[in-house]
Amino acid sequence: MLNGSTFIRRELMIRIVRAFDDGTLESELDQIPIKLRPKNSVASRCCVYHDRAILKYRLMAMLGVSVEDETDESKSLAAYYAEKAWGGGAEHPSRPRAPLSVCGPACSGCPDAKVVSTPNCRGCFARPCVYNCPKKAISIVGGQSVIDQSLCIKCGKCITACPYHAIVKTSVPCEDACPVGAIRKNGHGVAEIDFAKCIFCGKCFAACPFAAVMERSQLVDVLAAMKRGEKLVAMIAPAAEKQFPGKIEQLLSACAKAGFGDVMEVALGAEKTTEHETAEFIERMEKDPKTFMTTSCCPAWVNLVGRHLPDLVGHVSLTPSPMVYARELAKAKDPDAKTVFIGPCVAKRSEARRKDVDYVLSFEELGAILAGRKIDVIACEPWPVERPANPTARNYARSCGVTDAVLAEATSKIPGFKLDAKQINGIDRKTCAMVKLYAAGKMPVNFLEVMACPGGCQNGPCSLS
Amino acid sequence: MDKIKVEICCGTACYLLGAANLMSIGDEIPAELRDKVEVEARTCLELCDKENLGGAPYVRFNGEEVMAQATNEKVLARIEELVGGAA
Repeated sequence: MLNGSTFIRRELMIRIVRAFDDGTLESELDQIPIKLRPKNSVASRCCVYHDRAILKYRLMAMLGVSVEDETDESKSLAAYYAEKAWGGGAEHPSRPRAPLSVCGPACSGCPDAKVVSTPNCRGCFARPCVYNCPKKAISIVGGQSVIDQSLCIKCGKCITACPYHAIVKTSVPCEDACPVGAIRKNGHGVAEIDFAKCIFCGKCFAACPFAAVMERSQLVDVLAAMKRGEKLVAMIAPAAEKQFPGKIEQLLSACAKAGFGDVMEVALGAEKTTEHETAEFIERMEKDPKTFMTTSCCPAWVNLVGRHLPDLVGHVSLTPSPMVYARELAKAKDPDAKTVFIGPCVAKRSEARRKDVDYVLSFEELGAILAGRKIDVIACEPWPVERPANPTARNYARSCGVTDAVLAEATSKIPGFKLDAKQINGIDRKTCAMVKLYAAGKMPVNFLEVMACPGGCQNGPCSLS
Repeated sequence: MDKIKVEICCGTACYLLGAANLMSIGDEIPAELRDKVEVEARTCLELCDKENLGGAPYVRFNGEEVMAQATNEKVLARIEELVGGAA
């Protein structure tokens, strides 16, 4: 969805691509914040100087540098650019290759969540708020309801009870969005990610209205690799459908035109995931009909299990994800090629690092490359694919897609096969608590599909639409 | 009377920076104006050069008048003005 946050991110990315192609990125980088916020222009925050400082940090993250790693505030973007030399800079030991970074100066330090009464209160006679509050925290003072914060437990009963919608809960969007309590304000009142807890689902990134959470991009790494003449294979995630105008085959052509040495659909890898995951499931059920298995293609889910649900570790399918199989296919075709996963996902960045996928780009970053190089997807001829991927494989980007694929595969092998499946369509605090119950031995089904994003990857944090 | 020509830039830059939302304009034009307006989605109109990128998405009226940071509301309002002026 387009808003001010996505707009500035995309504008900066396109500027980076254009300056890179002009060969002027190093000299232009430090000029961009000034160009975008010249003196006497309208500031988004208190003043243009604050805006510029934030823009600098945004560009830093877009160069792939973690804002948290900054030790010298006077260091220029040109220096970061030169230092990185696109072989990968040194990583902070406590944040090895974390794909997210918080831009402190952009964080508004939202006040802690509380339930408050607004002037919409009419001081009515029935006073359902007073009667429904289990803690007797609400009183009427001067004809208006007042909530005693020392008593309030934020249960929200008064919010539902009030016929005037006069009581609201204020929120800290990043904290509300995080399913695992990994983002909190530090001693300076600025959001900070606990990278030992973070599952890189990207929900804080998508939720922050100040765009303070940023991805550490590999955009310039990819541009530099192209320039060095490396053969890069663009592996387009199934979620690409409807992200850009035109068909997937046209998007593949657009990628080839943009400088990728080869292009392919990750859905071809998903076909192999389906085949192996089905076989694995059947084998597990034969060994122990009372056991259950859960899917392994959503990297945020795999991270969630690994970091927070130790009891479930043995139940996660050992079958590699579509991205991993797609990488195998690309490497089998050309062992020297480097692979670039292109999708809507933050967590894929962490999976890619574990599974030797060389780079990850978001659809936004791919869009910036196409925009920077003036390539319109709808104007491209369809790419001559050997064969299009199976529709069930392309369907992996939707919630229920994996379940449907496994069920179709299993019934084709074993007629009348029954799958007792459940889908978790989006990870949040509620579903997290539910999964914890499952992990404690209350699993109601034998096949659990989990997608961190509601609706599936197509609604990922870095999706365009 | 010639129809008012509205070209929506659907180049990738404009698309990323908001043109995706402009695609529905054709359907939002009031019924009585529809036969007076011709809306066309175009590939890159080459308006988003270095200094003007922040102005995307762009819409062009009658082949010459350019609107920057176009929104459905702004475009519809301009169409009504142009129709009014031409009548």
